[in-house]
Amino acid sequence: MAKFRGAIVVDTEHCKGCGVCVPACPSQVIGLAEEVNSKGYHYSFMANPEACTGCANCSIVCPDGVITVYKVKLEV
Amino acid sequence: MDIKEIIKPENLVYKKTGLMTDNPLSYCPGCGHGTAHRLLMEVVDELGIVEDTIGVAPVGCSVLAYDFMNVDMQGAAHGRAPAVATGIKRCWPDKYVFTYQGDGDLAAIGTAETIHACNRGENITIIFINNGIYGMTGGQMAPTTLPGMRTTTSPYGREVEMMGNPLKITELIAQLPGVHYVTRHAVHTPRAVRKTKKAIFKAFEVQKEKKGLSFIEIVSNCNSGWKMEPVASNIWMEDNMFPFYELGDIKIDGQLVTK
Ligand SMILES: Cc1ncc(C[n+]2csc(CCOP(=O)(O)OP(=O)(O)O)c2C)c(N)n1
Ligand code: SF4
Ligand code: SF4
Ligand code: SF4
Ligand SMILES: [Mg+2]
Repeated sequence: MAKFRGAIVVDTEHCKGCGVCVPACPSQVIGLAEEVNSKGYHYSFMANPEACTGCANCSIVCPDGVITVYKVKLEV
Repeated sequence: MDIKEIIKPENLVYKKTGLMTDNPLSYCPGCGHGTAHRLLMEVVDELGIVEDTIGVAPVGCSVLAYDFMNVDMQGAAHGRAPAVATGIKRCWPDKYVFTYQGDGDLAAIGTAETIHACNRGENITIIFINNGIYGMTGGQMAPTTLPGMRTTTSPYGREVEMMGNPLKITELIAQLPGVHYVTRHAVHTPRAVRKTKKAIFKAFEVQKEKKGLSFIEIVSNCNSGWKMEPVASNIWMEDNMFPFYELGDIKIDGQLVTK
């Protein structure tokens, strides 16, 4: 079976730290940062980047549409 | 593998559609309105109908929907979006016309406009965001508020004996012959989002084929009005809203779905 590696890019300035993306990730990749953005929100980030498969689940549930997803197929 | 090797334009699998403007959404963190807007715009984008789509924004938290959706839009007085959409569609029968309305807008002040547009079988699409509350004005009880649910105007919970039963307006309008497609969805999980998007595609298809009115209810959270954190509000919604507002198709191809 082909394996995928993915990565997300969060627009941290527009993330509202709502946390809705966290349980949507099947691979427990996402955490909320200790730091805050200029609005005071604990923005999301890849706490566990190696586990990201690029499935895009997080990005499709993000109410603010601030997650962009990339994915590559690994040669096996 | 280095992250930098993954984050390259050729590896892009998802980004926000260009039909959502770059204006930061005015919604509370975690509110489903944003997700619903984006899905609607993704469908318009993927169908390639941006030049032929006209939306009508409501009064409610999504009153500024025209600042966020990059299609032609018109505002309407509270609850009157289906009447305004009727006028637009009758002038331009080949345009795709949708309304986007909350439960206070659609099922309280706009009940008459909703029922009659549906009964006339106007060839439009209604997107109905049911969060069981008046979000914008500070969380007052709506006709859709669940029995026992606390709001600022039912602080001890909705008492059915005094305040009446919640209104399943979606089931009501499904009875009307002019209504072709009625379905109820949610936007809080990846699975729910995918289903809702399919339903919106179908609704626009119905409109293209001029088969009658299509009506999509999206049961959504109002974490601020419900006084919960966003993720907790989504769990509360699954446990409390979904048993009453059951998800799934209610009417397909003009036929009521028998469960
Ligand atoms: C004619 C009129 N009556 C009352 C109001 C006040 N008002 C503004 S929004 C709203 C309720 C909106 O609730 P809903 O449609 O459920 O939208 P939500 O904010 O929950 O998404 C009310 C009563 C108004 N703006 N205009
Ligand atoms: S769902 Fe979106 S806005 Fe909410 S924390 Fe995740 S990235 Fe931020
Ligand atoms: S793309 Fe999939 S695996 Fe990667 S962070 Fe998002 S939900 Fe998790
Ligand atoms: S008040 Fe409720 S419906 Fe309005 S933006 Fe906030 S969470 Fe959403
Ligand atoms: Mg509401």
